Amino acid sequence: MLHLGRLCMVSAAMALAACTTGSLRSDAPPLSVSSTAADSPAAQLQWLDRVTWGANASSQAELAKTGLARWMGRQLKPQPQPLPPAAQAQIDAMTISRTPLDQLVIGLDAQRKAADALPDEDQKKAARQAYQQELTRLAREAQQRFVLRALYSPNQLQEQMTWFWMNHFNVNLRKDNIRALVGDYEENAIRPHALGRFRDLLGATLHHPAMLRYLDNAQNAANRINENYARELMELHTLGVGGGYSQADVQELARVLTGVGVSAQPADAVPNVRPAVRADYVRQGLFEFNPNRHDYGPKTLLGQPIQARGLAEADEALDRLVRAPATARFISRKLAVYFVADEPPPALVDRMAAAFTRSDGDIATTLKALFESPEFAASLGRKFRDPVHYVMAGVRLAYDDRVALNVNPMLNWINRMGEPLYGHETPDGYPLNEAAWASAGQMNTRFEIARAIGANGAVLFRADDKAPLEKPAFPPLAESNTVRAMQLGLSADTREALAQAKNPQEWNTFLLASPELMRR
Amino acid sequence: MQRRELLKLLAAAPLAGAAGQLIAAPAAEGAKLLVVFLRGAYDCANLLVPTASDFYYASRPNIAIARPGQPNGALPLDSNWGLHPALAQSVMPLFQQKQASFIAFAGTDDLTRSHFETQDSIELGQALDKRRDYRSGFLNRLAGVLGGGPITDVSPIAFTDQLPIALRGDAKAANMALAGNARSGIDARQSQIIASMYRSTPLAQRVTEGFQVRDEVMRAVQAEMDAASRNAMSAKGFELVARRMAVLMRDRFDLGFVDVGGWDTHVGQGAATGYLANRFEELGRGVAGFAEEMGEDAWRQTVVVVISEFGRTFRENGNRGTDHGHGTVYWVLGGGLSAEAGGRIVGEQQVLTQATLFQNRDYPVLNEYRAVFGGLFRRMYGLSPAQLGRVFEGVAPRELRLV
Repeated sequence: MLHLGRLCMVSAAMALAACTTGSLRSDAPPLSVSSTAADSPAAQLQWLDRVTWGANASSQAELAKTGLARWMGRQLKPQPQPLPPAAQAQIDAMTISRTPLDQLVIGLDAQRKAADALPDEDQKKAARQAYQQELTRLAREAQQRFVLRALYSPNQLQEQMTWFWMNHFNVNLRKDNIRALVGDYEENAIRPHALGRFRDLLGATLHHPAMLRYLDNAQNAANRINENYARELMELHTLGVGGGYSQADVQELARVLTGVGVSAQPADAVPNVRPAVRADYVRQGLFEFNPNRHDYGPKTLLGQPIQARGLAEADEALDRLVRAPATARFISRKLAVYFVADEPPPALVDRMAAAFTRSDGDIATTLKALFESPEFAASLGRKFRDPVHYVMAGVRLAYDDRVALNVNPMLNWINRMGEPLYGHETPDGYPLNEAAWASAGQMNTRFEIARAIGANGAVLFRADDKAPLEKPAFPPLAESNTVRAMQLGLSADTREALAQAKNPQEWNTFLLASPELMRR
Repeated sequence: MQRRELLKLLAAAPLAGAAGQLIAAPAAEGAKLLVVFLRGAYDCANLLVPTASDFYYASRPNIAIARPGQPNGALPLDSNWGLHPALAQSVMPLFQQKQASFIAFAGTDDLTRSHFETQDSIELGQALDKRRDYRSGFLNRLAGVLGGGPITDVSPIAFTDQLPIALRGDAKAANMALAGNARSGIDARQSQIIASMYRSTPLAQRVTEGFQVRDEVMRAVQAEMDAASRNAMSAKGFELVARRMAVLMRDRFDLGFVDVGGWDTHVGQGAATGYLANRFEELGRGVAGFAEEMGEDAWRQTVVVVISEFGRTFRENGNRGTDHGHGTVYWVLGGGLSAEAGGRIVGEQQVLTQATLFQNRDYPVLNEYRAVFGGLFRRMYGLSPAQLGRVFEGVAPRELRLV
């Protein structure tokens, strides 16, 4: 299967049609949805706006051809699929795509040490600045890669879930050298598990240096306990606050996690571990479990003793956390907040939590329960778009599958609205509710960005910031089939406003600034 | 006028009972409060310099501010304290006019020494031993309380891109960043058309408010440009923002919040001149510009409080900078500061020696911020204990007689 998928990638241009319609993905179980939803083009647009990063003509055509039930089945069980070559080429050229993480970080550490060792103050300052700029450049690559995939990946639900889990397992660029780590964190810890088993996802975040650095577990050692990660692991990642753990459990979990850390030493540089526990030493890339730093005393977590020893204690603890009913509810509720409503119906959360438990934490199964629910269908078009959604949806609608050559303007728009990628400082991640994103100042900024996309969107298609803009510099929104289909659902006030537009740029601006486009 | 007098009386009544004596309540309805948050934990020991402390000079061989009278020395405030010389033209004159005051040893009991943790906990203003409720910041709760009495139709604003945690909550609050040229790509006609699309939606009020604030900012910018054509030079940086804030607060808003970053000085912070001195000068010009732009009448009813999440280490580190500490110094400015506060260093204080440092490292916190704000709010607005309890649950206000 995987092999076939790769073949498709190699000869993408020729084989794309065959890949997307062939028997490759026919095994994905279709979603059961009502036939009205499946048949109505207006309803299909709404599904696209919720399940993808925003409806556009090509996804609309694909959904219409495949049928909603099968299309949703494929979104829930994505197979490897090629990006458009112009997008893939940009990603392939990135340092983060070409250099393995350990190599990258060991090189950067050497650069930092060399800078610190310079005797001349001016040279030292310049070298330190160069090091910082390289970290920033690597983070920017990760942001650009994320945007390219969100815009053009056929596996749209996987891309949305990647953002969702990046936010759930938040790390922040500004701490330490996380700018160098965050691309790999997203690529190898989050994306592969975004629709898989929650336990695998959780385990992958625990093994990643970005998380261990961000929540200080790299400093957590026997007799020098740092509780930060242990607390957030229960409060934010699994059980949720009020999920039945105590301060004593936080301390016990912190002891379980002693020695779980990061090493930037060369891979063959094994530290001098005392003989009795030498076999427990683990090194995988930058991840290190150092028995010298681990508390081997007996521990009790959530009322049960921990039986395993060494790093296996962490696995035992994660198993216990994931199987706790509080986790099923907490994760289900958060998914429902993201995909249904700020205050999701409790009955829906109950059904999702049951699916989570039944499937031993399978994310796609939990989401299937959500997408098949009447509550989901009833919520379509009502969820307020956060800034990332707003920008992605506007650009997808405006330019469909024409690949942007420079997504930096999009990153700037997202920043202006206060939701920079990997930029949330605290481990709770960005809020997912309307109140956080619908302030007076935010609305004003959104209208400016509506204008930036609608009247000056061509900035995305010049490789050089100083190159002249193509003419016209705005997207032909009114000519899009998707927009035509969408217009039927616009309010009388919005249609009246569009009728007052003096030119196509203004028409675009009004459409993108409309109340309907603020929601998904 | 009659209604206003009545409100004053009503406001004063519970206070008289609580304090056991009749204190003339200020005219709460005209009262303005601006909170300036210095994010990054500024080095307060080089702002409010403990000039009487030999220990200070021993602790900071490279970055101390010299004693008054010496070259580049501190500006004398009283026998114990001096002010950073970068504030000679801005804050010092306010201090001499008894319109500025400093609260030494101020801060929070939060001991994480994490910028973000502590910024959040201060903005939330909640008890530290309870679960944080991120939906409820202390300025928003204050707005809620004020709206129910002393200030009818209270109007809060954050001069920031996003609504800060301090202003999140049930009371409506606007936000708008004021830096930059404030030119809008959306003209008046387009704004009106966009607003019309929202008129029947729940967002209608916020959309209109966003346009209104933007228009007022643009008018303020126009006024700046007119003034500039007469005066040669216009303000830059934070002073520009601060002058715009003053115009907006004078004309329209009662409760303001702004943050200023760049205070995390682990390395090479400088002394009388250098990085931190430049930040102080910019901030000082901003604060003084704010006072000037408010105009005498409005300034008399205005209080500006400058806070930060924590202080920095008392001793300089190996990089001629300072690391994360604990207690800090708050600034209180206003045209109507009381005789007990204006031109003075207020609050509980301690002699500074190694023995009185907190954890042999930082300033102790002797004036907890919620108690200090509580005391200020009681005097500014004549709030009852019950009302104060809604802003800072379970906190006894501390009476520093600031206004």
